[in-house]
Amino acid sequence: MTRAFSPKTLAEAQESLARGATKVAGATDLMVADHASGREHAWVLNVMGIAELQGIRVDEIGLNIGAASTFAEIRRSKDVALHALALIEAAATIGAAQIQNRATIGGNIANASPAGDSLPALLALDAQIMLAGPQGRRTVPYETFHIRYHKTVLEAEELIERVVIPLPAPKVQAFRKVGTRAAQAISKVVIGLSASRRGDLLRNVRLAMGGVAEIPIRLRQVEAIIESEPLSRELADAAAAVVENTISPIDDVRSTASYRRHVAGQVVRRVLLDLLRGF
Amino acid sequence: MNKRNAVGQSILRPDGLDKTTGRALYLDDLPENGCWHGVTVRSPHASAVIMSFDVSEVNDPEARVVFAKDVGRRNSVHLIHDDWPVLAEARVNHVGEPVALVAAPTLARARTAAQAIAITYQEQTPVLSLDDALAGDPRTNGRLNVLAECAIEHGDAALGFTQAHLVIEGEYSTGHQEHAYIEPHGVIATPALDAQGAFTGIDIVGSLQCPFYVHKALTYLFDLGPNAVRVRQSVTGGGFGGKEDYPDMIAAHAALLARACGKPVKIVYERHEDIIATTKRHPSRVRHRTGVARDGSLVAMDIDVLLDGGAYITLSPVVLSRAVLHAAGPYSCPNVRITGRVLATNTAPNGAFRGFGAPQTLFAVERQIDRVARTLGIDPFAVRRRNAYREGDETPTGQVLTESVSAIAVLERAAGATGFRERHAANEIARQNRKDDGQPLPGIGLSLFWHGSGFTGNGERRMMSKGALRLGDDRKIEVLSSSTDFGQGTEGVFRQIVADACGVSLRDVVVHPPDTAAVPDSGPTVASRTVMVVGGLLHRAGVKLGQTLCTFAAYQADLAPASVILRGGFFETVHARTPFAEVAKAYLTVHGPLTVEAQFQPTPNSTFNEETYQGDAYAAYGWGANVVEVEVDPDTFAARVTRLTTVSDVGQVIHPVMCAGQVEGGALQALSWGYLEEMKMKDGRYVNDRLQTYLIPTMADAPDMETILLENPTIHGPFGAKGVGELPLDGGAPALVQAIENATGIPLCALPATPERILEASRFLS
Amino acid sequence: MNSNYKFTVNGRPVEVTGRPMARLLDVVRRDLGLTGTKEGCGEGECGACTVLLNGAPVCSCLVPLFQVEGALVTTVEGISPSDQVSELQRVFATEGGVQCGACTPAMIVTIRALLDRHPKPTRDQVREYVSGTLCRCTGYERIFRAIEVFTGQRKAEGVSETAVDEGPPP
Repeated sequence: MTRAFSPKTLAEAQESLARGATKVAGATDLMVADHASGREHAWVLNVMGIAELQGIRVDEIGLNIGAASTFAEIRRSKDVALHALALIEAAATIGAAQIQNRATIGGNIANASPAGDSLPALLALDAQIMLAGPQGRRTVPYETFHIRYHKTVLEAEELIERVVIPLPAPKVQAFRKVGTRAAQAISKVVIGLSASRRGDLLRNVRLAMGGVAEIPIRLRQVEAIIESEPLSRELADAAAAVVENTISPIDDVRSTASYRRHVAGQVVRRVLLDLLRGF
Repeated sequence: MNKRNAVGQSILRPDGLDKTTGRALYLDDLPENGCWHGVTVRSPHASAVIMSFDVSEVNDPEARVVFAKDVGRRNSVHLIHDDWPVLAEARVNHVGEPVALVAAPTLARARTAAQAIAITYQEQTPVLSLDDALAGDPRTNGRLNVLAECAIEHGDAALGFTQAHLVIEGEYSTGHQEHAYIEPHGVIATPALDAQGAFTGIDIVGSLQCPFYVHKALTYLFDLGPNAVRVRQSVTGGGFGGKEDYPDMIAAHAALLARACGKPVKIVYERHEDIIATTKRHPSRVRHRTGVARDGSLVAMDIDVLLDGGAYITLSPVVLSRAVLHAAGPYSCPNVRITGRVLATNTAPNGAFRGFGAPQTLFAVERQIDRVARTLGIDPFAVRRRNAYREGDETPTGQVLTESVSAIAVLERAAGATGFRERHAANEIARQNRKDDGQPLPGIGLSLFWHGSGFTGNGERRMMSKGALRLGDDRKIEVLSSSTDFGQGTEGVFRQIVADACGVSLRDVVVHPPDTAAVPDSGPTVASRTVMVVGGLLHRAGVKLGQTLCTFAAYQADLAPASVILRGGFFETVHARTPFAEVAKAYLTVHGPLTVEAQFQPTPNSTFNEETYQGDAYAAYGWGANVVEVEVDPDTFAARVTRLTTVSDVGQVIHPVMCAGQVEGGALQALSWGYLEEMKMKDGRYVNDRLQTYLIPTMADAPDMETILLENPTIHGPFGAKGVGELPLDGGAPALVQAIENATGIPLCALPATPERILEASRFLS
Repeated sequence: MNSNYKFTVNGRPVEVTGRPMARLLDVVRRDLGLTGTKEGCGEGECGACTVLLNGAPVCSCLVPLFQVEGALVTTVEGISPSDQVSELQRVFATEGGVQCGACTPAMIVTIRALLDRHPKPTRDQVREYVSGTLCRCTGYERIFRAIEVFTGQRKAEGVSETAVDEGPPP
């Protein structure tokens, strides 16, 4: 029989975390899995009411997003719109209204799907994940947070408290999702890109991709190529070719490895060409 | 008597407000009243021999388990051929095949008990695709396992090819489609027990299209008399053919459990179970050889149709029949040979799906016509216009189209309304000089199609459907038929037809809910036959009922019978106007309730030979043309339909809004079959067996639609109405694929036109 | 362990005893008898189970009971007062927004929430906001049109039965 807790503070949450409670945020994935399997949890912890996980603000450490923020809240946030357009665009592609009203950024991160829509945006924006546990707080870059297929460094007794995007945020940001239909579709490939710009050179490029490996990945080789010379059509073509040669996507129910490889390259190319047009 | 008042008006559908307020009760909303819950144990294998059953681990003392051995001698779904077991006995032929049933007082207990049943199997090599099937089936000692076949010969195809300027070949294929009605299957079976508790009959309430199909299946299964089985329809949340055949199965299951436990038993499928267990649209492979003259006229057509029937025959012979009868498209050709076969595979049986074989063969012929156009350098409109049926033309079955032929009219209207020819040509030119700017590639595509209304060939003659009207003590005219409403608006259009046939007000007409104990067998609600065939019966009954009352009114007033007419709810004579209710009351006082029944009457001199496939295949045809506009993303090859223009002739439109709704809803199902919906299989298992992975269109995928209804009446339907239900499924996919070709230059021959498939084809081309 | 949860449904305070992870869908349908909310897929894909949670549409099959404590829930039964029909519901029925009806309660609930945010939505706003509620019957065109008629952007096509009955013979 399941016992449930709905704490108001992190401190109050500690006891149930120590008992190994299942953390429940927007529950949009959890409820599907529970219903399909018929499994019962011994302890469940509602993280949605925990004060420290609430709210979106800009403070001394950056654009500081509570882990319990829903994607609907993120889409409405003026602060996110100002600093992290890629994340707004990602939020808009997650499920439809019903899902965006429930699903949280913390949940999307903790669930650690290879195709999680917000994750490439967070990776591109160098998001820092603030974790709270019995030993206190620690901050882990998203880049090292997600380690394997559906596996993260989050300890059982820890919670994702906040997601911080360092400021000033990159001036150049892009997000693209290739889904299976126009709305409410799980991704085939998701791409996030951030960079700064000097003249017609892109610097500090972070190119992140989901759906092409067991976790969202950065394409460092491609980043290096993009930074290597002024942006041009030739550079975009070269980047696309390297994308296709670097990634090793798989065939699954949503798409084929061959298509993913192709489309990943083409979409990166298009992102670069669109930037070039804006220069 | 043919005065129209209600017909042609978009009145509020009778169930409309119950549905918008949530008051309408679907199967799972009905009070459970202590009913038990049934679950089904299914085969995990595509082909296997059942070695053993073991229930020793079932610990629930109340749980009841039913195996094939408990069913009795008549262990089959009694549909066309008795090859489809209600429960698998010695072997299983597809993944998800029912093997055992469990009932318990709660759903959770029934599930627990079901999990405790151990069944062992010895697996065999399955036949999982048409390719496998063509290589020979182990179940028939390596020979082809043909579930049904037929052929049509018209003129001399061999001779025709020798006279052709060019012979063009093509092969086209389509995949499984899931109905994805929003309400999954559900049924409640209540047993009738005698004083000793012995089983004497069964009462079924279910989400279903064909109450008398279920009635027939259960009287057969239990060897009961017709009065011992009663089947009623609950409010049904969509069917599209998916609730034509499969309710026989689920009702049989619930009834078997009800007999075993002596309690009412409810079975409601969750979505996942619904997808893995129930029938799908037949996958197809159609080969065309077409001989054409220099000007694009068709000289000879040789068409071979292959359908994947799945594990059992179910409705495949009639699906094949409709498939081949539509296979040459709405085009006149002097020499035609069409052959068709359904092959067995080890996948869930494929069955009825709106369109019933015609969308598959019409996709193929429309793509083949496009290939002809491309080869000859003619535009897609011109080649269709040249060959489309005119009045007086003869179909491959030798049927002379003598009336209500609108192929040219719908084609010209569709092209005119969209500027098709100019835009198609402009896109072709633009494609040659395209800038690499990431802008979506525009494409426009056109299709022309036809669909026979009512049963194929002698189907209606065999069915001899009945419909009736009853003037009861409440002075209302009650419609008695077994036609079901699962969204189409049947109840409303029947009221309109009857009101005008009789000459009464809509408020004087009510519809009895489908109930085999209370209505005559009007046949199943399938095959675009409800308005034309059953509506026609009700129209005749209505006219007769009106005449009877007029004669009565005349007699009462001491007038000649012909001097009274019933119109607009009043009995009119030269001198007076008497309200309907007043005369009805007098009639009821004198004679009591009046029931007028009408039975199907075959058209004189119309015949169809089922051996030679010659004769009148359908009494009337609906005609349609679609223009699909797409934008294809140059980087991802994702196609987005931006606009759909449909022109349909379904004869007199009874209810414009609902008729348009049929066209639009069917068209979106057709479009998404064309580019989105694909049941993927691995080892005989559907891989995308949930709505998260089997995708149907959302609102964001839906184009704006312009729906044009041309009304070319037929003499075969009430007020000139033809069938509308299935026609809209026929034209979306080919027009969409042509539009993609117009945008990208990539001609696809297989559905769905997913970005993956377009990419593959583009690589093949380059 | 069953616990008591207090929340408000359609303006009425309720107290429900149940498992904390019980689906709000089952609570609404079975415990509260509000069967207007339908189960179409059980995994948040079809949206047939949509209710408003504190005014925002959610899939009730994905909401665990214990998170509803203190919340305001609106089901289709709360869209119009009992035994009445709101204008939106009437227009939806007369303009062809309804066919089989299995998605209709969810459509009404979702569209109600849309109209609270965009009183005269464009089609693209409708597409964006309502894309989580699937309809298999209509092709969506008559749903768009019903919304447009309701918001005064389009002329009604439906006619009343009384007008037909009382109208002059053609």
